[in-house]
Amino acid sequence: MLEIQNLRVSVLDIDDSEILKGIDLKVNNGEVHAIMGPNGSGKSTLANVLMGRPDYVITEGDILYDGKSIVALLPEHRAHLGMFLAFQYPAEIPGVRPWQFLKAALDARADARGEEKMSVRDFSKLFDEKVEAVGINPQLVKRSLNEGFSGGEKKRHEMLQLEVLKPELAILDETDSGLDVDALRIVAEGVNSMRSPDRSFIIVTHYQRLLNYIKPDVVHILIDGRIVKTGGPELALKVEKDGYKPYTSVGATA
Amino acid sequence: MTTLTAPPASVEKYASAFESLDDSDFPQWLITTRLQAWANFSDLGIPIKRRGNELWKYTNLRPLADAEFEYGTIGLVSLDEIRSNGPWDDAWDTVVVVDGNFSAQLSNLHGAAGLTAGSLAEAISAGTDDVESQFASLAGRESYAFTALNTAFAGDGVYLGVAAGAQLETPVHVVFVSSDLAASRVTYPRLLVSAGENSSFTIIETYINLAGPAQLTVPVVEFFVSRGARIRHYRIQMENEKSFHIGTTRVDQKGDSSFSSTSFAVGALMGRNDIHTQLGEPGAECTLHGLYMTSGRQQQDQEISTTHAMPNCTSNQFYKGILSGKSHAVFSGKVVVERDAQKSVANQKDLNLLLSRGVRIDAKPSLEIFADDVKCGHGATAGHVDRDTLFYLRSRGVDEDAAKAILVRGFAAEMLDEFKPAALKEFVERITDGRIETLLAESDTLGTV
Repeated sequence: MLEIQNLRVSVLDIDDSEILKGIDLKVNNGEVHAIMGPNGSGKSTLANVLMGRPDYVITEGDILYDGKSIVALLPEHRAHLGMFLAFQYPAEIPGVRPWQFLKAALDARADARGEEKMSVRDFSKLFDEKVEAVGINPQLVKRSLNEGFSGGEKKRHEMLQLEVLKPELAILDETDSGLDVDALRIVAEGVNSMRSPDRSFIIVTHYQRLLNYIKPDVVHILIDGRIVKTGGPELALKVEKDGYKPYTSVGATA
Repeated sequence: MTTLTAPPASVEKYASAFESLDDSDFPQWLITTRLQAWANFSDLGIPIKRRGNELWKYTNLRPLADAEFEYGTIGLVSLDEIRSNGPWDDAWDTVVVVDGNFSAQLSNLHGAAGLTAGSLAEAISAGTDDVESQFASLAGRESYAFTALNTAFAGDGVYLGVAAGAQLETPVHVVFVSSDLAASRVTYPRLLVSAGENSSFTIIETYINLAGPAQLTVPVVEFFVSRGARIRHYRIQMENEKSFHIGTTRVDQKGDSSFSSTSFAVGALMGRNDIHTQLGEPGAECTLHGLYMTSGRQQQDQEISTTHAMPNCTSNQFYKGILSGKSHAVFSGKVVVERDAQKSVANQKDLNLLLSRGVRIDAKPSLEIFADDVKCGHGATAGHVDRDTLFYLRSRGVDEDAAKAILVRGFAAEMLDEFKPAALKEFVERITDGRIETLLAESDTLGTV
C-alpha cells in the first residue's frame, strides 16, 4: 500500500533544516503501524509530508502509494487516491459548517474519481449517523468548523471526517494529544471499527496510551529523523516503561 | 470666509441645472429649503481637500469633482430589467424610482394596511402627515456637501409612512434605478421613512444601475423611528463599476425603538455608505452591520456613527470587507456616548480579508465617551487566509481554487446569513459567489502567509 524509501526532508527555504534523515517504511494492506517518538523527532513532519504539505521539500528518496510515486502530487490528489490525515491542530474555518465542508470533500473526490456524487439525502443520513457514532453534540455541527471548539471537539471532528470519507490509508497525527479517556476511547473505537484488510493506518503518537486501545501490528521508534527501532506491540510497552532514552544513543550512531 | 481659502470645487458644474429647476408644483417651504441647501453647497463645494478633513481623509474625490454629469433626463426602464438586476419578490410591496422619479407603472403595491408608500413629490405637495417638519430635518441643512447637494435638487423620491401599531408582514422594497442612457448623469435619490409608534416592518433599499457610463448617485435617506417601533433595514448597492455612489442615511430613534440595518456594498468605482443613528431616548437600540467587497481599483467607504444621547441604549457596529486587486476600503466607525447616556452598551468591529498585496484598508474605529457607566468595546483587523487552513481543506480532497472560494465564502457567510427574506438572501448569495470569482482571479496572496 505505502512504501517510503530513504526519505530525506527539509523545511522549505531554510538551509540546514533537515528533519527526516532517510526514512524507510513499508505499510501493507490492512496493517496498523504506530510511529512513536519524542518531541522534535520528526514524526509530525513525516505525517504531513505523506499528505503533501507544501512547507517541506523532499531532498532525497521517494514515497510510493500502490507502487506509484506520489511525491509530485498535490495534497488534494493524494486525498483522491484514498489518503487521509487527521491533524494534530485542525484549522478553524469560520463560516463553513462541518456538513458543508464534508460534502464538498466527498463531491470533489467523486468528481476526481469519475464516480457519482452522493445524494444530499444519503449524505445527510450518513452524516447524522457518524455524528452520533463519534459522540459529537449535534448542536456543534451547526456551527463553523472547529471555530471555538475545544481540543477534544476538534479531534472528534477529525474522526467524523475519517469515518465519512473512509480513506484507504489514514494517518493520525497525535490524535490522542489533549484527549480525556472517554474521547480516547471514541477515537480508538472509530479506528478499530474501520480496520479492514484493505485499509491501513499510520498512528503517530508520543505516548503509548492510545495503543492500549488500538493494537498496532508494527511499532516504529523515530528519533532525530530516523527510525531507530521497529518491532511488534511489545515495543510500545517498553517505551512506556523505559522512555525514549535507551534509543537516543542508537539514533546518534545510526 | 477668508481670502486665503480656495474657492469651493465644482460648484459651477451643478449651478445651471439648479437654476433651471422647475419648482412650480412645490410648496414654498420646499423651495426655501432647496435654496438654503444650494447656498450651503455653494459654500462647501465637492470636498476635495483631504488634509485636516476627517470625513474625507482617506478618499480622493478629485475624479468625482473633475467629472461632468448631466441632470434631468429620465430614461425608460422595463420591469424585467429591474427584476434581473436586483432582488425581487412579487409578494413584496415594491416602490420603483427611475432616475430620481417615482414610477407608478413599475411599482408593485398591494395596499398593505397601515402602509403609505409612493411618490415623495406627491407627499410634499399634499402635505402628507409630518412630511413638512420631517423633510431635511435629519439631513440636508447641516454643513455637508452631499446632503446639501441632494437637498438642493430635492423634489421626487419615495415617501414611506407606516401607521402606529402596524406590523407589516412582507418587506417593503424601494428600488432606485439609473436607466440605460448614453450620458454620464447625476441623480439624487431621496427616501423619507416615517415609522409610527410600535410599528414593525422590513425595508429593503436597493440601488441598481443599468447605464454604461459613469453615473453619480447621491442618495439621502431619513428614518424617523417613533417610540417602540422596530425596523429591519437592508441596503443593497449595485452601481456599475464606473460610478460614484455617495449615500447618506440618517436615523432618529425614539425610546425603546429598534433599528437594525445590514448593508451589502459591492458596486460602484467609489461607493460610500454613510449612516448615523441618533439614540435620542432611553432604551433605543441599533445594529449596523455590513459586507463590502472591492476589486480592481474600486473603493468602498463605510462611515458609520452612532450617538448615545440618553441612558440605557445599545449600539452594535460590525462590518466585514473582502479586498482584492488594487482596491481600497475605508472603515470609519464612531460611537459618541454623551454625558447623560449612562448604562450605554456599544460595540464596534471591522474585519477585513485582504486577498492581494496591492490592496489598502484604512480602519479607524473610535469611541468618544463622556459618561462613566458604560460598556464599550471596539476592534479592527485585517488578515489573510493562511496556508495551514488551505492545506487542511486540500488534504480532504478539495482543490486549491475551490478551497480558496470556500474560505472566502465562509468569511462572508456571517453577514450573508443576516439577509432573511428568501429572495433577498438568494440574490446576495448569488452576487457574492460571482464576486468571489472576480476577487480570487485578482488575488495574489491568499494562502501565502
